[in-house]
Amino acid sequence: MTSENNQPPDDHAPAELKQVLGALLFAARKPITADELQAVLAQVDQNGEDTAHPFAKTRAGDIRAALEQLQAEIAERKLGIIIVEVAGGFRFQTDPSGGPWVRHLLNLDKPARLSKPALETLAIIAYRQPATRAEIEALRGVNVDAMMRHLLELQLIRIMGRSDLPGRPLMYGTTQLFLEHFGLSSVKNLPGVEQLSRRDAERVRRESEDGRAADSGPAQAAASPPGDASGDVSGEALAKPETPDAAEAAGKGGDQAEGDQSKEPELEEEQDEYDEDDDDDDDKDEDDDENGDGKGRE
Amino acid sequence: MPIQEEYKVKLEVFEGPLDLLLYLIKKDEVDIYDIPIELIARQYMEYLGLMRMLDLDIAGEFLVMAATLMMIKSRMLLPPEERPELEAEEEDPRWELIRQLIEYKKFKDAAANLQEMESRAGNMFLRSAEDPVVVVEQPGVGLEDVTIFDLIASFNEALKRVQVNEIGEIMADRFTVADGIESIMGRIQRETQVVFTTLFRPLITRQEIVCTFLALLELIRLRQVVARQEAVFGEIMIRRPEAGAALSVERAQAE
Repeated sequence: MTSENNQPPDDHAPAELKQVLGALLFAARKPITADELQAVLAQVDQNGEDTAHPFAKTRAGDIRAALEQLQAEIAERKLGIIIVEVAGGFRFQTDPSGGPWVRHLLNLDKPARLSKPALETLAIIAYRQPATRAEIEALRGVNVDAMMRHLLELQLIRIMGRSDLPGRPLMYGTTQLFLEHFGLSSVKNLPGVEQLSRRDAERVRRESEDGRAADSGPAQAAASPPGDASGDVSGEALAKPETPDAAEAAGKGGDQAEGDQSKEPELEEEQDEYDEDDDDDDDKDEDDDENGDGKGRE
Repeated sequence: MPIQEEYKVKLEVFEGPLDLLLYLIKKDEVDIYDIPIELIARQYMEYLGLMRMLDLDIAGEFLVMAATLMMIKSRMLLPPEERPELEAEEEDPRWELIRQLIEYKKFKDAAANLQEMESRAGNMFLRSAEDPVVVVEQPGVGLEDVTIFDLIASFNEALKRVQVNEIGEIMADRFTVADGIESIMGRIQRETQVVFTTLFRPLITRQEIVCTFLALLELIRLRQVVARQEAVFGEIMIRRPEAGAALSVERAQAE
């Protein structure tokens, strides 16, 4: 396959930004963030390639705009493929309308679907994270031990640390796999996240009860979760918003530090940035890298 | 009292009392802000009774809720001035429960959104991917869009229908859960998909119905069959699980 940074597809017309981005997305083996794209554009210029490289100074905002334009154009033309933003990065995927045929072609089972109680428990964790088991049980009105075990086994949720509440209960949150399973770019993009967040619930409770709002401060870097070697999620990491902006800021630092290296390690470094939010086990990050998309996690 | 003594079905029930109450509220189409506590409490106790009869693993929370409902019901009978002082500010004894139900319902609705997103994401594939986007084992058994309460409701109807015929029951061979499993599997093999209620149609005794139902729960647990409901409160369909494995066997033979 021709590498996108050798020649523009048409020698006579200069490459458009969105063409280059589309090529990068197509060639990338895992979701690729706006920062990663920006780094590639900048580095190709630094490497002193002979053809014109008008994109070296492209700003992240322009990349995002071009991506969104490309995304919209491809979707509009109903090509059977779409660009989606999943778990913080952009990637090509098949359009869901073709699902049954692709599944048959690839000889895949029907996708496993979660049961209603599982979805409800997940919804509570997703909107309220970090959430303690007691909090989840208070909402669902039933013991959730077995369900939490299932969800942990499925790696849809993870232990985020311990709460400051009496007894220092464990706190749970959703994982990268959760985002991928539901095709979400970030938990911030859950529908109705404003209404269902804990802050809103507490306001309501305070108004009605006038007191005793559960102390739900950020997680403290805490005792390692059972069976997990490095529970290194700090309170800061938890509080860190998962928005692309935050990733952007983090990504820039990385880029400058190792500007002229090949792009592989750099992508890896940025991947870590995301993994920090969802995977306590550092060893796994490296394994994942080859497989891409975190699919190799099991 | 459990009818079936020798065979306890270990289907895990992940639903709680709030799920049952919301189920009943939806089924009866009553206003959640003005729950007819008499009606709902009666139905709640009926379902609870059925679950105990089936000897399902009922969470203690179900019993606590039963007590709560009874307490609310009795307080509703008192004129406001005679109610215990504790709830002086809350003139309606139902309020605490209603608040809890509404709060939980928000997450049920959010879960429905998640479900839509899940089925959409499950139909998308990556370029050069051998795997679907995500593979997960399904917890909470092969109940697709069916709650345990949907199953119990259908079971209840079958029971009610049969109670009329029960007079003059002849004690012939005792029907067991194993018999039930055999007959359900037989039908699924022949028809691939079976309407839930027709499973009970040829049955005449309580014993048969209970055992058939327990057999069904066991088969669901073992993932030999899958229960699915197309519409809310619609017919429940029982069928074989997706034949992905069978397909790959065919391919292997063709090659």
